[in-house]
Amino acid sequence: MIKVILICSLFFLTFSILATIYRLVKGPSAPDRVQALDALGINIISGVAIFSVLLRSIGFFEVILLIGILSFIGTIAFARFIERGVVIERKHSE
Amino acid sequence: MIEISKFIVGYLILQGAILSLIAAIGVIKLPDPYTRNHAASKNATLGIMSILIGVFLYFYFIHGEVNSRILLAILFIFITAPVAGHLISRAAYNSGVPLWKNSVQDDLKEAKEGKIENRSTD
Repeated sequence: MIKVILICSLFFLTFSILATIYRLVKGPSAPDRVQALDALGINIISGVAIFSVLLRSIGFFEVILLIGILSFIGTIAFARFIERGVVIERKHSE
Repeated sequence: MIEISKFIVGYLILQGAILSLIAAIGVIKLPDPYTRNHAASKNATLGIMSILIGVFLYFYFIHGEVNSRILLAILFIFITAPVAGHLISRAAYNSGVPLWKNSVQDDLKEAKEGKIENRSTD
């Protein structure tokens, strides 16, 4: 029974990833696309978690942590780039 | 015992997946970046946390091991996902993305204009 539930959940996550890809392609402004990439990373994390239950393996948990950290850092870098034009600000020498 | 724990795990994972689906429909159909950001951030906290808690309980009930990495992942996502949503929404506002055409009130715009006027009078 739990296998049927897991495969149904994977179908839902697939539709959700397709929706974020639609927003990534069509989004009218740049923050829309960054938002879609963030949601895509979150959906991929949940997909990896469901696959680790489906395959009964605990070897994928580092992948979950790593995708979470990389998605957060990428989102923050893109948000700073959109807002200020630079990612890392330089201190002006006087 | 095993069947009951599988029922709980299946409920949690299915709940997270259905929340993710609802948030995806919101991401498609809502009109402007701020409301889409609202929908996607809610999915990013509640949906993925229920999925990860289901996975943690699965490995705790069936295999009998407490996995600290997935607890760390739950904590990290719970802290960082709303921060990322806030930063994207603020970047959208400061880079001049317009609100939805039917929205009625924009307090931040008035506050910013008031601040600029105060600074110019000083």
